[in-house]
Amino acid sequence: MQPPSEHVHWMFATGFLILGLCMLGEAIVGTEIWTRRRWRAYLWPSTLFLMGVLMWPVMTFFTNSTIHMIAHGSWAQVLMLAGATELALVRGKISSPWWRLTSALALIVSGAALLIHEQNGWFFQRSAFLHHLMGWTLVTVAVIPFARCIRPRSVGLGSAYALTFVALAVLLYCDRDLAPVFGHLSPVAGIPHR
Amino acid sequence: MNAELVSELEVPRQRSSRARLVSALGPLTVLIGFVWAIMQPYRITLLHPHGQTFWWLVIEPPLLVILIGALFHFVVVPGLLEDLENADATS
Repeated sequence: MQPPSEHVHWMFATGFLILGLCMLGEAIVGTEIWTRRRWRAYLWPSTLFLMGVLMWPVMTFFTNSTIHMIAHGSWAQVLMLAGATELALVRGKISSPWWRLTSALALIVSGAALLIHEQNGWFFQRSAFLHHLMGWTLVTVAVIPFARCIRPRSVGLGSAYALTFVALAVLLYCDRDLAPVFGHLSPVAGIPHR
Repeated sequence: MNAELVSELEVPRQRSSRARLVSALGPLTVLIGFVWAIMQPYRITLLHPHGQTFWWLVIEPPLLVILIGALFHFVVVPGLLEDLENADATS
């Protein structure tokens, strides 16, 4: 009853799409209006935290090597850390915008984990390409939450941060267990099953 | 003409650009999901369910995109627009 790993990627893509839409909504209307209803204020931080929690079963059941276990475990931890920080900010337990550096940390750690745990080159197959692309994307966009610590009310930065999650969703939806990328598929990768 | 009745007529309210933008997010997401489903129909296993396993029937990316877009539009956006209009009215 265990889902194929590509389905797990698509489930997390759906989580990132929810995050992206909610964050885009918040960036457009402003944090003050977005947080007028308490359930809405908690919506995307709790989704982020839940995704971190759900990454633990992924670590447990989809570990085919030590490096995969470390990568999945590190994603679980940083997603939970970033989600918990956002929840604490919404709740008012903490107030400094510099706490959002945990999001920058989460992006850098996630990006590094993606790049390190992918052992094949860019054009080995589609998932390898996507791992490289997502890794470099995450490492690069880590500058956005850092900039948001300085300018927390910036609509441009908020939108860019939200679109990062939408882009992540798109990349994760593109993932397949075994498929060519731009016509490239290594002969040692195997045969695509559908 | 009864002036009292005229005064009760509501002037159609002009939606702000922010309201229009946030209202467009859900339908745009649904549209993207539909276009994806048309371009890659083999990803919709409900169209050919025979012999498919549980996960292939439950997790269908284009349908998930459509679902999320619709949920955002019908669950999140109405309250958001209400709050946005209240904020605009008081400012």
